[in-house]
Amino acid sequence: MIVRILGEGQYDLEDHALDALNGLDTQIESAIESGDEAMFRTALEGLLAAVRASGTHHDPESLDESDLILPPGDATLEEVRELLGDDGLIPG
Amino acid sequence: MSLMKRISLIFRSKASNALDRAEDPRQTLDYSYQRQLDLLSKVRRGVADVATSRKRVELQIKQLEQQSAKLQGQAEKAIGVGREDLAREALTRKSGLTTQITDLQAQRDNLQGEEEKLVLAQQRLQTKVEAFRTRKETIKANYTAAEAQTRIGEAMSGIGEEMGDVGLAIQRAEDKTAQLQARAGAIDELIASGALDDASQLNSGDDIARELDALSSGSDVEAELARLKAGSQPQAIESGGDILADEQAEPESARRDTEGGQP
Repeated sequence: MIVRILGEGQYDLEDHALDALNGLDTQIESAIESGDEAMFRTALEGLLAAVRASGTHHDPESLDESDLILPPGDATLEEVRELLGDDGLIPG
Repeated sequence: MSLMKRISLIFRSKASNALDRAEDPRQTLDYSYQRQLDLLSKVRRGVADVATSRKRVELQIKQLEQQSAKLQGQAEKAIGVGREDLAREALTRKSGLTTQITDLQAQRDNLQGEEEKLVLAQQRLQTKVEAFRTRKETIKANYTAAEAQTRIGEAMSGIGEEMGDVGLAIQRAEDKTAQLQARAGAIDELIASGALDDASQLNSGDDIARELDALSSGSDVEAELARLKAGSQPQAIESGGDILADEQAEPESARRDTEGGQP
């Protein structure tokens, strides 16, 4: 499974690593819904750290689509909310 | 849906709308064709069954006709030897056989009619199945072409993702630059308005300097107070009244300028 951290690149992850990530992912989601900045920061940092720790860098030469895409480490709650908005991340 | 999935989906939809992850219609078409072939083979089996039954009936008719001919011969022989009783018996049996033969012939005609109908239905079905097979192959070929197109789309989606990543990095860098510029602008404005002290202008930011500043401002106040007190006495006007002296000095100097300016 390929996971991209925006602004950072792609990581190759074993499928079983996803279970560990799902818990943190759910935390981020509920933090965004409730607007809890502190919880959001902790969960996002935890999630990205877990991806970096359990994954290996994907070959930058090969052009592969990521299975999952994560916001950048310094993204704010508001930015992630915008990212999920109608305009999306890629303009146009 | 999880956040990771949602972000990924937004990327996908932004990067390429051509992605279609529906089930493979080629399998559905093949399955449908297989079902039609099964049906066709059932009809064929039905035709074969009816034909077999018809043949069996025809065989029975043939046997009964042979038996009937044999009884006819026996009856003729019996008449020849003067045994009328035997001839009557043979002819009675033959009569029973004739009834059976007639019944069987009716059955055979009926089966033949059924068989012809089934053969016609089979031919029609076979034509339909053939047409379906041709259409299926065309659809499959088109789908394979579309799938190749989708693969290109998927590659494009990968590129789109890369572009989005780079785009995001640039956007964030621009945002940070703009933020810093805005902050610098705001600080300049605050310094200009006096709300903030310009650190570069304060060469004496330590305690001693601040105390000296306080002392000098304190002595200024004292001097001003003394001036005001002195201002209440008339003789002080000539000696220390700067304001009046300035007021008188100005018209004089203006006059001097005017006189000096004339040729």
